Amino acid sequence: MAFIDRLKRGLSRSRETLNEILYFGGEVGEDFWEDLEDTLVLGDMGADVAIAVTDDLRDMAARKGLRTDRQLRSALARRIAAEFATADVDPFDENPSCVLFVGINGAGKTTTVGKLANAGRDAGRRVIIGCGDTFRAAALEQLDVWAKRADVPIISRPRGADPASVCYDVLEEGALRGSDLVLIDTAGRLHTSQDLMRELAKVVGVTRKKATMPVHVVLVVDATTGQNGLSQAKEFHSALELDGLIVTKLDGTAKGGIAVAISSQLGLPIFRIGVGESIEDFERFDALEFATALVDGSAS
Amino acid sequence: MFNSLQDRLQDTFDKLRGKGRLTEDDITVAMREIRLALLEADVNFRVVKKFVADCKEQCLATDVLDSLTPAQNVIRVVLDELTGLLGSTESSLALAPNRKPNVIMLVGLQGSGKTTAAAKLAYLLKGQGRHPLLAACDVYRPAAADQLETLGREVGVPVFRGDGKDPVAIAQGAVARAGEEGADVVIVDTAGRLQIDEAMMAEAVAIKRAVRPDQVLMVVDAMTGQDLVNVVTEFSEKTDFDGVIMSKLDGDARGGGALSVRAVTGKPIKFVSMGERPDSLEVFHPDRMAKRILGMGDVVGIIEQAEALADEEQMRDAERMLNEGFTMDDMLKQMASIRKLGGVGKILSMLPGGERMMGQLPQGIDEGVVTRMEAMIRSMTPEERNRPKIINGMRRARIAKGSGRSVQEVNQLIRQWDEMNRMMGKLRSLQNSGKLNPRAMKSMMQSMQEGRPPQGGNRAQRRMQARKGKRR
Repeated sequence: MAFIDRLKRGLSRSRETLNEILYFGGEVGEDFWEDLEDTLVLGDMGADVAIAVTDDLRDMAARKGLRTDRQLRSALARRIAAEFATADVDPFDENPSCVLFVGINGAGKTTTVGKLANAGRDAGRRVIIGCGDTFRAAALEQLDVWAKRADVPIISRPRGADPASVCYDVLEEGALRGSDLVLIDTAGRLHTSQDLMRELAKVVGVTRKKATMPVHVVLVVDATTGQNGLSQAKEFHSALELDGLIVTKLDGTAKGGIAVAISSQLGLPIFRIGVGESIEDFERFDALEFATALVDGSAS
Repeated sequence: MFNSLQDRLQDTFDKLRGKGRLTEDDITVAMREIRLALLEADVNFRVVKKFVADCKEQCLATDVLDSLTPAQNVIRVVLDELTGLLGSTESSLALAPNRKPNVIMLVGLQGSGKTTAAAKLAYLLKGQGRHPLLAACDVYRPAAADQLETLGREVGVPVFRGDGKDPVAIAQGAVARAGEEGADVVIVDTAGRLQIDEAMMAEAVAIKRAVRPDQVLMVVDAMTGQDLVNVVTEFSEKTDFDGVIMSKLDGDARGGGALSVRAVTGKPIKFVSMGERPDSLEVFHPDRMAKRILGMGDVVGIIEQAEALADEEQMRDAERMLNEGFTMDDMLKQMASIRKLGGVGKILSMLPGGERMMGQLPQGIDEGVVTRMEAMIRSMTPEERNRPKIINGMRRARIAKGSGRSVQEVNQLIRQWDEMNRMMGKLRSLQNSGKLNPRAMKSMMQSMQEGRPPQGGNRAQRRMQARKGKRR
C-alpha cells in the first residue's frame, strides 16, 4: 500500500522538479526515459506506477550520478525487487502443510496442483490431492490424470457435490494415511461473483477448522493478466485472507508486471512461478530476476 | 485506487461540463485523463497514443471549441472515435450457405475459455436451428475431451473424439462424420497454445489447412493485459483468424483488449461471453460497448434482454395488471425476472450512470433484498397476495414471524407494493407502444433500491436520498 501511495505522492513532487532534472547530462537521453516508461507499461506495471517509477528513477539518477542505460536499469530492477513482500514460511517447504489453490477461471490452478504434487513427491513428501472443483465439467478427470502422473492419491466427490465436503474428506483421509502435504484444487470463479466467493469462503473456513496442520490459501494469477489482476487479488484477499501468490504462464511473452502491484500493495509473497509446459516447470520466485525481466526493454 | 474507466472519463467530462467554454489546455487535461484511463483499462499503449492524438485533433477543431456545448461535443468525439476503434459495423458469423457441413475453428491461449466458448457457440447455433457437432481436438490438456463431452451433453450437441491423439485427424474425422450425425456445422475446439510455441502454432495451421474452416475465431480473455497485442498479432499472422470471442466479460475487467485487438489486427470482435451458463454468449455491439465504456449505459441491451425473457404469458399478465391492478404474486414474478436478468447489480450496471451509483452505495448492492422480499410474500395467504389491502396489523405480525423478518420490513414491502401499484398507472401509456420504457425501468430500479431494509427513515427521507443519488 505504502509503495504505491508513496509513488503517487512522489509523482507530483517529481513533476515539479522535472525541469531541474531535465538538463541531466550523461549517456542517456530523453528517449531512454520514454522507452523505459513504455517498457514498464507494456509489462503491465500500470500507467500510474510506470510514470511514478520512472520519475523517481530520474531523481535517484541525478542524486547518485547514474549515467548509463545499464546502471539505470539495474538500479530500477533492484528498487522494484525490494517492493515484493517476502515470505516468512514457504507453504511447500513447511511440514506438515495444507494448501488451497484459488483463482479465476483459466488461471492454471489444476495444472499447478498437479505439478506441485509431483514436485512434493519428488522431495519425499507424502502428498494427497483434493479435488475441490466440483463445478467445471471434467475438472476431476483432469486432476485425476495429474494425480496418476505424480503417483499420489486423490480424493474427490461427484460433480455438483459440496466442495467443502471434499476438503473435509481429504483432510480425514490425509490424517489416516499420514499425509504431510495436502493440496486442494478449487473451482475457478470471477471475483465479482459474490455467491461463488461466499462459497469459497466456506470451503476455506471448513478447511481451516478441520485441519490439524497449517492451512495456506494461495491465489493463482495468470501472467498475461492486466490491470484487472489487482482487483481480483483484492477481492480474493478480502474474502479469504490469502497467504501468497503463484504466477503462472511466465513462459510466454507476458512479463507479469501486475504481480508487483499485487505483492506490494497487499503484502503477499510470491511462492512459485510457472515457466513451462512440462511437469517440472515450477520455480522458486526470485524477486531480482523477475524485476530485471520487467525493466529489460530488449525483449519487447 | 483504480477507478473504472467509466468513472475516470465521467469525472473528466463532469469537469468539462462545468465550463461554458473550453480552452486548448482543458482539452489537454481531459486527454491526459483519458490516456491514463485507457491504459488502466489495458488498452495497448500504442493504440492509446494514436487514439488520444486523433481525439485531440478533432476536439481542437474550431466548431467543437466554439459551439455552445463544447463538453458535449468532446464526449461525442471521444464516443465516435471509440466506436470506430471497436469496429463500425456489427459483424456476425459468415458461414458459406451452400457448404455442408460448415466448419468453425476456435484458437487461443491456454485458459482463455475455448472449450467453454465452443459449447456456448454450439448452443447458440442450435438455437438458430442449426445442428452442430463438436470436435475435441485438444489432445494435450488432460481430460479436455471429457470436459467438451460433458458440456456437449448439457447443451444437447454430439461430440466427436476420434482417436484422441492426432488433432488433424480428429478434425477431419469430425467433418467426415457430420453427415452421419445429422450435423450441418462442425465446431473444432483446439488446444490452448502460446503464440511463441512454433510447433503448436504449426499444428493449428495444419488443422486449418485440413478442414478449411468457414470461420476461425480466436478466444481472448477480457482480463488480458498489454501482452495481448503480441498474442493476437502472432495468431493473426499464423492462423489468419476471422474474428474474436471475448471471454470473461462478466467480471469487472474493463475489456480494453477489445479496443486493441481491433486496432492492431483489424479483426472484429464477434461475440462476448458473459457468464457460466451456456446461453451467455452475446453478439458484440461496438456502439453499445463504447457507450458503456463512456458511462452512457446500455439501455438498448437491457430492453432486448427483457423482451427476450418476456413470454406471452407475461404479456397477458402485464395486461391484466394494467387493467385490474398489481398483486403480490405479480411482485413475486417480478423478483424472479430480476433474478433472470442477472440481479439488481447487473441491471443497474447497464443503466446510464448505474456503475457510479453502485460505487456510491456504501455497502454495494444488497442482492439479498430480493430474497427477503420473496420470503415475505411467500408467507402471505393467497387472499392476502391478491388483495394486499386486507393486510392488517395482526396479519403483518404473522407474516413477519413466518418469514423471519421484522414488522417494519413487512410494512416497507406493502408500501412498495402500493407505489408499484400506482406506477402501473404510469405504465399504462406504454401499453400502446408495446415496449418497455427505459425510464420506467429505471424508476422501478430506484424503488428496488429504496426497498432496502429501513433504518427508521420515512418515505420522504428515502425519496430525498434517491434524488440526491441521482443528481450526483
